[in-house]
Amino acid sequence: MTNPTASPVLHHKRYFFEKFGITERLLERCLGEALSAGGDYADLYFESVMATSLGVDEQIVKSASQGTSAGCGIRVLSGERTGYAYTDNLSPERLLHAARTAALIASGPAKQPVQGFIETPSANLYPVPLGGFDLDLAARLELILRADRAARAFDPRIVQVRAGYSEELRRILIAASDGAFASDTQPLCRLNVYVIAKQDAITTRGSAGGGGRAGLEQFTGSKSPEHLAQEAARGAILQLGAVPAPAGEMQVILGPGWPGILLHEAVGHGLEADFNRKKTSAFAGLIGQSVASSKVTVVDNGTMAGRRGSLNVDDEGSSTQETVLIENGILRGYLTDKLSARLTGAANTGSGRRESYQCIPMPRMTNTYMLSGEDAPEDILRSVKRGLYAVNFGGGQVDITNGKFVFSASEAYLIEDGKITAPVRDATLIGNGPEALKYVSKVGNDLKLDEGIGTCGKDGQSVPVGVGMPTIKLDKMTVGGTGK
Amino acid sequence: MPEATAQPDMIDLDLESMAADVVAQAMKAGASDAEAVVQEGDEFSVSVRMGQVETLKESGSRGLGLRVFMGKRSASASTSDLTAEGIRQLVEGAMALAKVTEEDPFTGLPETNEFGSVGGDLHLYYEDVYSLPGAERIEWARRAEAAALAADPRITNSDGGSFDAATGRKVLANSRGFVGGYRTSYAGVSAAPLAVDANGHMQRDGWWSSARRLADLATPESIGQEAARRTLRRLGARRVPTQRVPIVFAPEVARSLIGSVFEAASGDAIWRHASFLAGKLGEQIAASSLTIIDDNIMMLPTGVGGFGTSPFDGEGLPSRRTVVVENGVLRNYLLNTYTARKLGMQSTHNAARGLAGTPGIGCGNLYLEPGTLTPDEIIAAIPAGLYVTSLMGFGVNVVTGDYSRGATGLWIDSGKLTHAVEEITVAGNLAEMLNNVTAIGNDLVFRGSVASPTLRIDGMTIAGA
Repeated sequence: MTNPTASPVLHHKRYFFEKFGITERLLERCLGEALSAGGDYADLYFESVMATSLGVDEQIVKSASQGTSAGCGIRVLSGERTGYAYTDNLSPERLLHAARTAALIASGPAKQPVQGFIETPSANLYPVPLGGFDLDLAARLELILRADRAARAFDPRIVQVRAGYSEELRRILIAASDGAFASDTQPLCRLNVYVIAKQDAITTRGSAGGGGRAGLEQFTGSKSPEHLAQEAARGAILQLGAVPAPAGEMQVILGPGWPGILLHEAVGHGLEADFNRKKTSAFAGLIGQSVASSKVTVVDNGTMAGRRGSLNVDDEGSSTQETVLIENGILRGYLTDKLSARLTGAANTGSGRRESYQCIPMPRMTNTYMLSGEDAPEDILRSVKRGLYAVNFGGGQVDITNGKFVFSASEAYLIEDGKITAPVRDATLIGNGPEALKYVSKVGNDLKLDEGIGTCGKDGQSVPVGVGMPTIKLDKMTVGGTGK
Repeated sequence: MPEATAQPDMIDLDLESMAADVVAQAMKAGASDAEAVVQEGDEFSVSVRMGQVETLKESGSRGLGLRVFMGKRSASASTSDLTAEGIRQLVEGAMALAKVTEEDPFTGLPETNEFGSVGGDLHLYYEDVYSLPGAERIEWARRAEAAALAADPRITNSDGGSFDAATGRKVLANSRGFVGGYRTSYAGVSAAPLAVDANGHMQRDGWWSSARRLADLATPESIGQEAARRTLRRLGARRVPTQRVPIVFAPEVARSLIGSVFEAASGDAIWRHASFLAGKLGEQIAASSLTIIDDNIMMLPTGVGGFGTSPFDGEGLPSRRTVVVENGVLRNYLLNTYTARKLGMQSTHNAARGLAGTPGIGCGNLYLEPGTLTPDEIIAAIPAGLYVTSLMGFGVNVVTGDYSRGATGLWIDSGKLTHAVEEITVAGNLAEMLNNVTAIGNDLVFRGSVASPTLRIDGMTIAGA
């Protein structure tokens, strides 16, 4: 929190060594302790997070807060078993104690960790801000004040505006008994605008946001405070005149960008290797089989510069990569971490992620998107006689066992005779993961990634993710409205 | 190794003194008021899958949060570093941030005469949650899963059984003289089996028991068997056509509807007009059979404090019981100090305080008062309808009241539950749904802090095949 602004940020590895007195010798001792009752593998995950947030509400800078936390999680793997312990006290005594607790999962003769660490070559996908968190608060305040002004100026029916800026710097260091060693410093920031619109007896809400693993310079263009404010305000004003959403199966066109949450829910979670290893996913055993129309290619890519879901290394210290999940409709692979890769014999896709040092890593998505096709978005719209055009969504959810997924449209329109007509009220769309993408009959040439607002939850752990998609047409999907 | 048992500064730490000291440091640094919260927790969890231990986790952590005021400006900070240097940085950081905020005439701590703590033992903490030896904890998780796997040959796989226990301590202190703290305990057991039908379609469901006291947990066997029953009844699920029929919400999903009413009645949504209940105080907003209570001092029939029971709220005001809806009339908004001041009202002592940020609004034991009908009687009265057992997604908009969620359940034909239903949505508008509650069950059970009996709502739309 109090790093002098003048000094460059410490190299992420040196940060832990200097600030917390960690040494390679201590890392080796902890790993030795972790394997003192046997086991196949152990790792240490050090994490230090500094977060700041600012909020403007009713044109007043009402809130400012900061948080700092640090700790270490120690894991021991023995077959399919995981022992885990963590501590927020990084003294050698507490670290060794945690290591012995995690070691309880195994019961055999002690094993020796590999001597000497080999550092994972790290990509350089995001800048590390100088000066840590002695931030230029004025520049950050200006972002939310600009958003506030722009939202208010949009329309006199905008009666409430709230804008928030949040930023965190997460430093991690990972050392494993197989000699793996990695460290990283991960910036993440986000600007959000929330508005309320009111006209006569009708009140509606709108929101927009953007961000990523980059500095303030990213808040221009489609992520500028003005654009985000206008998007939030436009959404709320639009809802003032919305009609009930239709109910039942129909043709659905999803707009580019954030509607890619469809992929995250419909296929992404179902392709995480832990579910497939345990055969609890509806996608288990479907590698090589058709799970989507031949126009559909979906990838998960953790290596995109500056994106919210990107990582130089995952939370097990493995390099991230671009992984093809579905290629021309055929299921190609799962997202794996060290444990699932070892147990299934698959390659590690660098998808081991965790919310914090208090959590056990699992296979997770990074940035998940569908590649562009050849159709012009206008032609796709023109091809629908009656249906729904959904361009913005709230959250989604999936039951990976039966494959059923939902995602909730927050901006959608009726399509009548190939034209966009009335906006509709909020409605949830529902489908079946292994089936839904088989009805993709057109894929636009306009791939767009979301603005950097996604957070994915799994087993109580939240991690930042990205999604993306071109405009697509689904010949059949169920729309959960109340109208005809 | 000797250092393993020493556990420095974890046991002896006097959290009350620490919180009061942090407040004093903030005042010395120039704050006009300050409030500190210290939290400490330990957790243990074990999961067993297919008879083998899958994960074993055991740990503890602490955190400190500080809110400072400089007149009508305020800011907050939190840290996991409870050393003297960590606290010094916390105070310094919060004070620096307060300087960048602007004056908000409604901000500030409650008035001195409002503070207080409910006296007597609320029975929130039982050491026995940690009394099971390690091997016995694993055995509980294993027994829960084993009972599910043994229930039926169609149950062939599992997401496992689990046992977990946790204890926590929370202390709040402020510059107006309040210091208070309490301990809580928790234990839980669960099972999540998978079943496969003749066509190879898999279904998963689960069941759990949680309690503040180990003795109040259901047996692992009963949890496994109930989890199996719930999973098996999903087999053969199919879609139903789009239509309007009566919907019966089972207690475990009806509680989310009560939660939505709470959200809509929360002061923050009310003063922003961001709620379909804004401005409706004293008006009939629901069927006259509906009474919703938020009781933050409730004791369970076992004599143990409810899951949402506490001696004081997140700002140090004594916990109390608040009638939210009485016979369909909206009687109270749920307020903390800030939102009460915004509305020119008094706090209902519903402040919720985490480590970071400003206090929000939280419920204690929130429930819908039970009616007289058994769930079977409610179902028996319906010629054709849907019994909903789980809901998916986030399709609830408390500003407009629009409600649209994915659902699974069982089809009701001629008053009887028949085949399983999936991949459909149920939709309506909360304002109308509350008025269209046509039956309330007698089956109110607190399995968590929010509870509801079975509910029948008419006029909603199913979207399906």
